[in-house]
Amino acid sequence: MAVAAEQLDRTFAALADPTRRAILARLAGGQASVTDLAEPFAMSLPAVSKHLKVLERAGLIARGRERQWRPARLEAGPLKEVADWMEPYRRFWEESYDRLEEYLEELQDRGKEHGDGRKR
Amino acid sequence: MAASGSKQLTVTTPTDREIVMTRILDAPRDLVFEAHTSCEHMSHWWGPRRYEIASCEMDFRPGGAWRIVHRGEGQEFGFRGEFRDIVRPEHITWTFEYEGEPGHISVQTLTFEEHDGKTTLTSTLLFDSIEDRDGMINSGMESGAAESMDRLEEYLLELRSRTS
Repeated sequence: MAVAAEQLDRTFAALADPTRRAILARLAGGQASVTDLAEPFAMSLPAVSKHLKVLERAGLIARGRERQWRPARLEAGPLKEVADWMEPYRRFWEESYDRLEEYLEELQDRGKEHGDGRKR
Repeated sequence: MAASGSKQLTVTTPTDREIVMTRILDAPRDLVFEAHTSCEHMSHWWGPRRYEIASCEMDFRPGGAWRIVHRGEGQEFGFRGEFRDIVRPEHITWTFEYEGEPGHISVQTLTFEEHDGKTTLTSTLLFDSIEDRDGMINSGMESGAAESMDRLEEYLLELRSRTS
């Protein structure tokens, strides 16, 4: 369990930065080189490389071996762990809010009936 | 009917101890807020459908206590806490504790914002400590629940929408 918690810490730390989240989102669409990744962020290549190192240490991405073009690609494991961790909360609140919406609709219908008499 | 897009619950983890959930509800803010203020209302919507509310107590004022017991699948699950801050109809802060794991307390802040007759409800769950945060993943692992990659895909889509 300690290993899992440490891994989760690293994942959260890596995900805490908006640029790194944007890089991951970009990689969700397919692998990309440092140059590809630098473009939309108006960042220097070394700055992007630094972010990639953090993501690589967190196990969120892997890098290719080609010397010139070391494409980065997404590694699903740690992200899945974060998604799994959120899952019970998501399920609870998703269903609650679906029910809340139905209930609110009911309340509003009831309000119309008792209210301004526009109901036919 | 509300557009299907508005039914989406957005879940993000902005820091290592927070979960933020956002949902747009097709109702004015006063009403959405009101639906959070009493057992009479809460019993209509709080929690999964397969559970019924076995008991509910809510003292809706700062410092007031709340307790809800769910019953389902032959078991009862109790949740309790205290209201910390209430500003009608803008926000509610309360603490949340599952009685099955006493001592692990999280703080939930609800904010209500109205645009064009619809209300954006934002819920921020803040865990007291990393241990409280990880309590959930550990219990998830023990139950050995089979997870699907769909969840990951959804999460990535959220990451994308959050950053674009």
